[in-house]
Amino acid sequence: MVTARRSAWVPHAILIVGLLLVLFPIYVAFVASSHPLADILEAPMTLLPGSRLIANFGEALDAGTVKTSGQPVAAMLFNSLVMALAIAAGKIAISLPSAYAVVFFRFPLRRLCFWAIFVTLMLPVEVRIIPTYKIVADLSLIDSYGGLTLPLIASATATLLFRQFFLTIPDELVEAAKIDGAGPWRFLIDTVIPLSRTNIAALFVILFIYGWNQYLWPLLVTNTPSMTTIVIGIRQMIGNGDTRTEWHIVMATTLLAVLPPVAVVLLMQRWFVKGLVEAEK
Amino acid sequence: MERRVIFSGWLFPALLLMPQLAVTLVFFFWPAAQAILQSVRREDAFGLSTVFVGWENFAALFADPDYVASFAITGFFSVAVALLALAPGLLLAVMADRVVRGAAFYKTVLLLPYAIAPAIAGVLWMFLFNPSIGVVAAGLRWLGVEWNYLLDGRQAMLLVILAAAWKQISYNFLFFLAGLQSIPPSLLEASAIDGASPRRRFWTIVFPLLAPTSFFLMVVNIVYAFFDTFGVIHNVTQGGPAKATEILVYKVWYDGIVGLDLGGSAAQSVVLMAIVIGLTAIQFRFIERRVHYA
Repeated sequence: MVTARRSAWVPHAILIVGLLLVLFPIYVAFVASSHPLADILEAPMTLLPGSRLIANFGEALDAGTVKTSGQPVAAMLFNSLVMALAIAAGKIAISLPSAYAVVFFRFPLRRLCFWAIFVTLMLPVEVRIIPTYKIVADLSLIDSYGGLTLPLIASATATLLFRQFFLTIPDELVEAAKIDGAGPWRFLIDTVIPLSRTNIAALFVILFIYGWNQYLWPLLVTNTPSMTTIVIGIRQMIGNGDTRTEWHIVMATTLLAVLPPVAVVLLMQRWFVKGLVEAEK
Repeated sequence: MERRVIFSGWLFPALLLMPQLAVTLVFFFWPAAQAILQSVRREDAFGLSTVFVGWENFAALFADPDYVASFAITGFFSVAVALLALAPGLLLAVMADRVVRGAAFYKTVLLLPYAIAPAIAGVLWMFLFNPSIGVVAAGLRWLGVEWNYLLDGRQAMLLVILAAAWKQISYNFLFFLAGLQSIPPSLLEASAIDGASPRRRFWTIVFPLLAPTSFFLMVVNIVYAFFDTFGVIHNVTQGGPAKATEILVYKVWYDGIVGLDLGGSAAQSVVLMAIVIGLTAIQFRFIERRVHYA
């Protein structure tokens, strides 16, 4: 091959430097979570791991920090998990049927329905904060899992993705189903959903991460410590960053907060990449 | 595009659409309409009565030097985040495209920051740059830099840009790599036979062919910097010092929730809505074109 490179070590060197830079903040957090607080406050902090990793993680999970009034991080993890799963499952559960309706039927106002879903793309939470908060308050959903998840559950992206996929299902398949006497419900359950398996998996990975990483909305709708999600909990543990901040616990909690989404990306990398690339088409 | 073979009836599809339409109406359209309505009204100090004031809230908004400054800050922040996330993403993708051994490993590790919440990226970077205990801050002091982002607005801006861009490199890397891998090798070989150096091949073939990807990513990154970085700001600087990092999304939250200025905050929401609509329109116009090329 004429384009064969003369030296292969240059790309490797650049990639390794890039890798180290990308991983450095995570590494420092790891080091900090393995030392007692005194070691961290003794600037400059060491860059070698200490021996209190398990102790600090245990303390975070069981007892949290003083600033978060001892709310255990394990409970925050649970809240985050419920929120992420509910958002991911909820978005798929409402998007798949609506895409199916829009693609496989002709009914009055069909285009209008599609556009109504489509334009939600242009209404992120950030631009409708206060009125949305007011509605959730009126429905007395503040400090509940419903309030945490419902306003984030409508998804134009997921609907568009399913629609795109449904349009590629061959007409012959629909005809065959009709000849076999299958109605739209049977066709949905027996053919369309099984065919959508990989799309559902890909979308689930992306949406799980999206849900887990939510910040502004949980900050607004949760007030009681027992409803705090882990990403918000970290903010409260830091407070104004004064000397009373228990950085060793904060960093252990930070690692606990990134572990689940990172694990999902690692274990489901194939679907993750597929989901990411297709969601943006 | 439409399907040829379909099912008949309207009741079943209506039922299928119902959940999504209900959520959309209650949590999207209703609040958006409320925001628009609220933006042309003013409430008295006791919240007892509201009066229609037309454009007054908007006029007040744009007459407010803080708001205009917030616009400029957001513009600078977004462009800086986009460029700082795109350039390393491109460089690493070009390199990852060249290596054979270890390619999968590099790719996996470089994808990891995508999974990390912007708010947490903020915490990680704040910890590195904390003036009293940060590792990097200590290094900077050793080099003779007066580092204290809690007092210096420009340093605070630099820090939030770094934190916000860091997380986004993964995303850009992935899309650039996909773009690179879709360039036919025969094109590069032909130009190599004609004697073009690797550098020349990159700038005359690869870079132009990546233009659609780059443009698409530019828009996505700007949208990200505009709307998804609230957590970074809220964690690292709280908009400070002296509002130096108060981006629009932070200000709409602060004025509405902390300052309780409903009319002003609603007007800000409407302005933000206009910005999202503009950016989405650009994105979709462009995507239409890309489909056309393919």
